[in-house]
Amino acid sequence: MNESWLIGGMFVATFSVRYILFALAGRVRFPSWLNKALEFVPPVVLIAIVAPSVTMPKGELWLSPLNPWLLASVVAVITALVRRDLLTTIVVGMLTFALLRFGLAM
Amino acid sequence: MSDSTVNTGLHTEHSRTQEFLNGAIATVPLLIGAIPFGIIFGTLAEPNGLSALGAILMSLIVFAGASQFIALGLLAAGASIPIIIATTFIVNFRHILYSANLVTKVQHLPQYWRAIMAFGLTDETFAAVNNRYLQSTNLSTAHWFYLGSFLAMYSNWVLCTYIGLTLGNVFPEMQNWGLDFAMSVTFIGMMMPYLKSRPMVAAALVSAVLAIVSVDLPHKLGLLLASFAGICVGISLTMLQNRRLTSKEFKE
Repeated sequence: MNESWLIGGMFVATFSVRYILFALAGRVRFPSWLNKALEFVPPVVLIAIVAPSVTMPKGELWLSPLNPWLLASVVAVITALVRRDLLTTIVVGMLTFALLRFGLAM
Repeated sequence: MSDSTVNTGLHTEHSRTQEFLNGAIATVPLLIGAIPFGIIFGTLAEPNGLSALGAILMSLIVFAGASQFIALGLLAAGASIPIIIATTFIVNFRHILYSANLVTKVQHLPQYWRAIMAFGLTDETFAAVNNRYLQSTNLSTAHWFYLGSFLAMYSNWVLCTYIGLTLGNVFPEMQNWGLDFAMSVTFIGMMMPYLKSRPMVAAALVSAVLAIVSVDLPHKLGLLLASFAGICVGISLTMLQNRRLTSKEFKE
């Protein structure tokens, strides 16, 4: 039952992080450098996942404006900079991707 | 050390219900953003090697959007279970910052309430609840607001997972529609608000380049390597910036 281990392990990994400070409630304080380091975690992890998948969608590095994954990602980044709204970014990025891939058959 | 109010039972009951509803209502706009996320998770589960039951159970038990997506990506890439769990831990480490912010708001509550609230701690609920705490310092029923927000997010997430699984079965070719890109674009949308300072942008760029370069490392270890390098660059640049600011102050 690999999936049981996976889900159980992921539960422990998420819940322990969410609960530890609530459980100790105020008895622990982080050094400020660690607080600062933790702030970098979400964007750094997210981009480490996104970057390979949009620059090598077919397994090899494809840095070209003809790469619909990369081009739509750039459009999504620009949308996010202009509109600062998650839903708009997702919708515009998806529509761009659909247009490039299926409309223009890139 | 109960902090319960001196209200009559009826009054307390009323304000609990009101807080609960307010919590749910305040979370609705955030739900709308989470809906495609949940549906896409459901549709991607089986093509990436997670069973339908496993997907529902993961949404019910783990309840962590980004981690669940990453788990799928890693499963499809053939990563081992310990690596997926370690990655989950790292991706969710930001919740420590949220809970650190909320510690003073939960310390009067019994442990079972704190455990429920911890389980329901998401980016969205943190945003909604943080607003509530800013608006009113009355804590006597604030945890009911939290519960309303959490249950709105939770039921939406599980329901959307189910809808996604169903859609994936009705349209099995859905996996060729580019929904894998939806995951990338959602992560881009989640990431962008963080990129507000130079150290943050530098950290992200270093992480991106290293993730691409180290993509062939076994067990997706490149992800951890890239993240760690990005964090080191970010914190170093922050320290340099601070030192420069301090020395400037000294000169002036």
